[in-house]
Amino acid sequence: MNQNDTLKALSKAGVKIVKKQKIQKSKSDTIFDTVNYVVLSLMLIIFLYPLIYVVSASFSKPSDVITGAMWLFPTSISLDGYARILSYAPLWQGFLNTIYVVVVGTIISLVITLLAGYVLSRDDFKARKFFIWVFTITMFFGGGLVPTYMLVSETLNLRDSLMALIIPSALSVWNIILVKTYFTSSLPRDIFEAASIDGCGDFRFFISIATPLAIPIIAVITLYNVVGKWNSYFDAMIYLSSADKYPLQLVINNLLIENDVNSLGSSGGSLDIEHQLMVESMKYGVIVIASLPMLVVYPMVQQYFIKGIMVGSVKG
Amino acid sequence: MAEKVKLKKKKFSIKEDIEEFKKHYALFLMILPAFIFVVVFCYCPMYGIVMAFQEFDPFLGIFDSPIVFFDNFTYFFSRKAFGEILWNTFSISLYSLAVGFPIPIIFALSLNSVGSQKFKKTLQMVSYAPYFISVVVMVAMLNSFMDIRSGIFNKILGLFGQPPHDFLSDAGAFKTIYVMSGLWQTLGWNSIIYIATLTSVDVSLYEAADLDGANKLQKIIYIDLPSIAPTTMVLLILSVGNILSVGFEKTYLMQNDLNLSASEVISTYVYKMGILSQDYGLGTAVGLFNSVINFAFLVTVNFIAKKTNGYSLW
Repeated sequence: MNQNDTLKALSKAGVKIVKKQKIQKSKSDTIFDTVNYVVLSLMLIIFLYPLIYVVSASFSKPSDVITGAMWLFPTSISLDGYARILSYAPLWQGFLNTIYVVVVGTIISLVITLLAGYVLSRDDFKARKFFIWVFTITMFFGGGLVPTYMLVSETLNLRDSLMALIIPSALSVWNIILVKTYFTSSLPRDIFEAASIDGCGDFRFFISIATPLAIPIIAVITLYNVVGKWNSYFDAMIYLSSADKYPLQLVINNLLIENDVNSLGSSGGSLDIEHQLMVESMKYGVIVIASLPMLVVYPMVQQYFIKGIMVGSVKG
Repeated sequence: MAEKVKLKKKKFSIKEDIEEFKKHYALFLMILPAFIFVVVFCYCPMYGIVMAFQEFDPFLGIFDSPIVFFDNFTYFFSRKAFGEILWNTFSISLYSLAVGFPIPIIFALSLNSVGSQKFKKTLQMVSYAPYFISVVVMVAMLNSFMDIRSGIFNKILGLFGQPPHDFLSDAGAFKTIYVMSGLWQTLGWNSIIYIATLTSVDVSLYEAADLDGANKLQKIIYIDLPSIAPTTMVLLILSVGNILSVGFEKTYLMQNDLNLSASEVISTYVYKMGILSQDYGLGTAVGLFNSVINFAFLVTVNFIAKKTNGYSLW
């Protein structure tokens, strides 16, 4: 009886303690949660605002944008900018060039990377160590910009050719290591041994067993390649000289940025002002059209992406 | 006797090598394309480094150009701009690191302790978006946002009664604009790895902490932080190893004559000397100087990290 009483008292006290703790906990956690939500909501606004602004500005009259009447949503719908963009031929030529570089470049890069990554993941392959060394060294040492430029433009004579944007950047050792890590961790050796007993050769194994299992990593490498190639302008700037070969980013650069810099120093003739107005009305539309494809691609491959990035980071 | 055994063994292993090659010839063929690419585009340019020690003349070529030893380097070091370029590269890098390294971690931690899955998913999605915007578009956006007449930044200054300010040609503002716009673009993306690590933390740890009456902040300090520590260390070592490489693309596009004193960095200088002015020897030398320092930093930081807390790249 006595024992029971103490137990009861104890449990009561326990309840009390727990209750007390709960109240305390919720108090400090409420403060934490409030601050957290406020900060994160602020960040949401910071991420979104420039994007919304650009889209709204692309549908507004340039005068509204310049005076600041339009600051969040379009005050007056005007499709003038987009109409001008439609008839601005260099931009569409740029689109075609970029698409060519992206498609051909990604396919070449994907084939080379998958093949090499697969071979390096085979631990029964004796020459593996040698190849790993050959590839890894290049991650720490390189010739640098000028020797590479000389090689591509002089020795290989790829000057002013779209191949200069495709071939030199086709191989990324980083991606090969990503693929290798993926295969090592997700392709059990037993499968290969079983297949090999059934008379399946190395190449057939790669095509019919390894590749179908590698969809997530293929998605990751494709995304890296597509985004990287779509957005780059540097190679085009140093290797290309004829304007009809310029990729999208270089066209945009010449239209929006170079133009801006030039206008700082120019005296501003009437032709200049007219051109300036045209650029002003096209500006935001160009930004939207150039960025939209990449912003749409990512959500589609996101599920593979996080999986792939985790696998790749398992070791370094 | 012993010799005979050795000989036999060796013979056997050569035979084995041939067997191995026959058995795996497909593997050799499969790695061949990548091997050729690496040799041509990574190892051949390494040979081009000799240009750094030559007064390179395209007509004489790499074999006949006169050798000048360290003249290209001493020329670069004696330039008046040398100190400025080095300082700009260092300070922009350090600034980027100080801002761009911890903030994605804080973002991941605070996102991880949000209860509402819907809010979490939305914010995560939105935070990735800026990463997909190209450098060219980013700089075009900066130019129009900071325009002295029509830019939104000056409109905001106007609301507070401040006179408009020409941010783009202000050398003092260059580094902040560069770093903050970079943060906007990469914050969400760089937090992916931490968020993914945090979601794999054992739930029982949080349950145990709840029983002990830990609050959310304590859970972050005692559970979340230790679980992302290894990832953090590896990424920190890698970032410090890149301390002297400020990206060319954005810097070059943001440059103008008025902010050059704050925006000239090694990579833009290499481009201007080595490719625009065609002083190949000097361009190569400056590039080599850059990679040697980066490598030295990487090795040093890796060594310190290994000694102090056992994390290391190799």
